[in-house]
Amino acid sequence: MAVTKEFLKEEREQAWRVDIRKLLKNKERTALTRVHMGEVDANERILSNIEVNTGLSEEEAVNEAKRCLDCPDPTCITGCPVEINIPKFIKRIEQGDYLKAAQVLKQTSALPAVCGRVCPQEKQCEAKCFYQLKMKKEPVAIGHLERFAADYERESGQISVPEVAKGNGVKIAVIGSGPAGLTFAGDMAKQGYDVTVFEALHEIGGVLKYGIPEFRLPNSIVDVEINSLTKMGVKFENNFIVGRTATIEDLKEEGFEAFFTGSGAGLPRFMNIPGENYIGILSSNEYLTRVNLMDAANPKTDTPVISGKNVAVIGGGNTAMDSVRTAKRLGAKRAMIVYRRSMEEMPARVEEVKHAQEEGIEFLNLTNPVEYFADENGRVNKMRVQKMELGEPDASGRRRPVVIEGSEYDIEVDTVVVSVGVSPNPLIPSSLPQLETTRWGTIVVDEEKLQTSIPEMFAGGDIVRGGATVILAMGDGRNAAAAMHNYLQDKLNA
Amino acid sequence: MNRIIEKEFFSENVVRLEIEAPRIAKARRAGHFVIVKVGETGERIPLTIAASNPEKGTITLVIQRVGVSSRRITELEVGDVLTDLVGPLGEATHIEKVGTVLACGGGVGVAPLLPIVEALKKAGNKVVTILAARNKDLIILEEQIAKYSDEVIVMTDDGSYGKKGLVTDGMKEVMEREQVDEAVVIGPAIMMKFASLTTKEYNVPTVASLNTIMVDGTGMCGACRITVGGKTKFVCVDGPEFDAHQVDFDEMLLRLNGYKEIEKGAEQEYLKSKDK
Ligand SMILES: Cc1cc2nc3c(=O)[nH]c(=O)nc-3n(C[C@H](O)[C@H](O)[C@H](O)COP(=O)(O)OP(=O)(O)OC[C@H]3O[C@@H](n4cnc5c(N)ncnc54)[C@H](O)[C@@H]3O)c2cc1C
Ligand SMILES: Cc1cc2nc3c(=O)[nH]c(=O)nc-3n(C[C@H](O)[C@H](O)[C@H](O)COP(=O)(O)OP(=O)(O)OC[C@H]3O[C@@H](n4cnc5c(N)ncnc54)[C@H](O)[C@@H]3O)c2cc1C
Ligand code: SF4
Ligand code: SF4
Ligand code: FES
Repeated sequence: MAVTKEFLKEEREQAWRVDIRKLLKNKERTALTRVHMGEVDANERILSNIEVNTGLSEEEAVNEAKRCLDCPDPTCITGCPVEINIPKFIKRIEQGDYLKAAQVLKQTSALPAVCGRVCPQEKQCEAKCFYQLKMKKEPVAIGHLERFAADYERESGQISVPEVAKGNGVKIAVIGSGPAGLTFAGDMAKQGYDVTVFEALHEIGGVLKYGIPEFRLPNSIVDVEINSLTKMGVKFENNFIVGRTATIEDLKEEGFEAFFTGSGAGLPRFMNIPGENYIGILSSNEYLTRVNLMDAANPKTDTPVISGKNVAVIGGGNTAMDSVRTAKRLGAKRAMIVYRRSMEEMPARVEEVKHAQEEGIEFLNLTNPVEYFADENGRVNKMRVQKMELGEPDASGRRRPVVIEGSEYDIEVDTVVVSVGVSPNPLIPSSLPQLETTRWGTIVVDEEKLQTSIPEMFAGGDIVRGGATVILAMGDGRNAAAAMHNYLQDKLNA
Repeated sequence: MNRIIEKEFFSENVVRLEIEAPRIAKARRAGHFVIVKVGETGERIPLTIAASNPEKGTITLVIQRVGVSSRRITELEVGDVLTDLVGPLGEATHIEKVGTVLACGGGVGVAPLLPIVEALKKAGNKVVTILAARNKDLIILEEQIAKYSDEVIVMTDDGSYGKKGLVTDGMKEVMEREQVDEAVVIGPAIMMKFASLTTKEYNVPTVASLNTIMVDGTGMCGACRITVGGKTKFVCVDGPEFDAHQVDFDEMLLRLNGYKEIEKGAEQEYLKSKDK
């Protein structure tokens, strides 16, 4: 479904676009400065789960939209994994027609309010913006504008539900309700398929619900997007583990003709160092699930969570950043990131690191835990770490951390959150021996079609890529839907 | 779905529920468990499927009240619906004909033991079962267990029923008396620890079904992790049954108490709120 240059050009020549471009000279546009999104003050926001970023006002959004040059060759689009027609939606904002802007987003993205918040824009669309590439200026704030349009539509109460083709009666099963599964489900429903999404947990949304915290992505926003899918006819079955509650074979007997697996990378890794099973040491998945999915910090719920005073989070990704900021909000006096490389190598989003710093998170970089110690009840009370220095670059191009001998020292801790990565969820592969997987446990797919070694099964998102991003998962869902549609049509016509 | 169609008290704190769950009833094997959540603010807790009836589309759970969540479930009545129920989870028991099996259940551990005893008997084994509890009132499922056992020995700490003594006393008696090819022990962690030390003395291969703290039950969080043979394992996906002689029970005992203080407070508060 790739957008062609010709198509983009045609759209760009529409009268309304031409008119808007004429309103200001390019020089005037480039002279404007990039908007800064408001944030709740750090001292205040750590007292609750309030969303940190406050969004743009209409005026701010329109001013920012004016910066966009509506380039003849919009390179920004090449940076977006789902190829959102970026200049078109931005020009709709400049025009003041925010609802139409939202519709443009929805043509290609099932969850614009989500992406506007959690996409690593600085590495994707914004990195490919003309401002950044050619003028060495701050790029257009595409992510902020995306969030603005999606929020405006939601708050207006005039949410447009995409048109759905007449039902064709073909039953499709989706395994997992993360961004990959949801996007796939939406696209198939649009084409008239009878889609059911099966989810192992009691809530729909995958990592968007159980992983990413409220202060970055409120659950209510995810729910609105799920509601849109329900309105499009998508059915959801929670508490249903495919491969357990029913097998793929069972589902085939029930009439499901094709499958999409978006079961994610839910398996936490540990470091296998001495003392790692002491009480108070938990995976970021457990920590975030307790707080986000089970709402454990709320005294009205039954699920407990330990709110430590000295919390160390091991790792430097988004998950580590979310965990450490959660610890702060649960009342930690000292909330620390312990990361074995330096600040520059940190995979977390720049914005998250900045917000964490504002919130008083300590960063112990070039530091690695080697052992944990506990009191007589088995509760962790101390961790031994060693200092690292950066050596030669490794296969990933990042400089490899090397141990500095004799540099060990101890840190007092009462909670440790291990956030050193996740592995693919093995439930589906293990229940389907015919399914081809890699030695890392990811499912092998055809790169374009996302078809697995079982022809009627397609797959995408983290179960194929290992831990990746929301937008890549969505892109996979979208491409798989297009490919499955073709596959089923061919089968029908054969 | 998830509707309770039968409820029975085995003792003041142990309740049997039969629940409509056709898919789980069909898919489950001995050794599987489910995760249950009662109410929107409820906690996810694991419970063994004690029996299932695929024709009727029901599963049976036996629940002992130990804290808030187990209490909430036992307070449900016929016709009520479990908010969330998912399964079957875990690896099914490996059932084989080995000869004579010594099955030991302590307290509510008898519930998960029942389907295993049934399957072992059906596979052609001689099954000697020991049921152990603090006193007579806490002995459950004796009749059902007897149906699939060649012999049932009841042990109570206070001697109020069966023989007086600990589960390990009964085990020693059997292992002294005859050749035992395999043992299965299910019960409180402390009981499994000592039962496993006992079978080790007699060189009898032993399986224990572990009841660690869980959250998701699908391998996603690691809350249920324990050390088996020096390696970290997740009880919900690698277990719940393991070679008892390899399990680090001391670590498991510590980990089970991880939330004890919070949970105790929670239960007191819950009981207070009910008094009002
Ligand atoms: C804490 C955290 C923060 C993150 N922050 C960001 C960020 O800021 N920006 C970003 O772009 N990315 C971020 N990511 C990564 C991003 O969330 C993932 O890449 C993305 O969610 C993957 O989507 P998915 O659809 O493949 O799977 P998931 O979102 O993992 O969803 C998979 C779902 O499938 C279900 N499932 C698994 N097996 C079965 C089965 N057999 N039957 C039924 N259901 C099943 C699971 O329960 C789960 O709900 C973050 C991840 C985490 C953990
Ligand atoms: C695979 C598996 C199968 C199980 N099957 C059954 C079953 O068939 N019937 C049944 O009654 N129970 C079973 N359990 C135990 C049951 O899950 C716990 O009793 C329950 O989670 C306690 O929750 P609570 O809120 O009522 O108690 P809490 O308030 O959480 O705990 C109260 C007390 O019980 C202890 N405790 C907490 N969790 C557990 C646990 N998982 N096991 C043992 N003690 C615990 C705590 O240390 C505390 O002292 C099983 C556990 C597992 C892991
Ligand atoms: S979806 Fe992500 S990459 Fe695409 S335009 Fe929006 S913020 Fe940029
Ligand atoms: S590259 Fe930048 S300026 Fe050009 S169209 Fe895209 S967002 Fe606008
Ligand atoms: S309960 Fe979460 S991994 Fe086992």
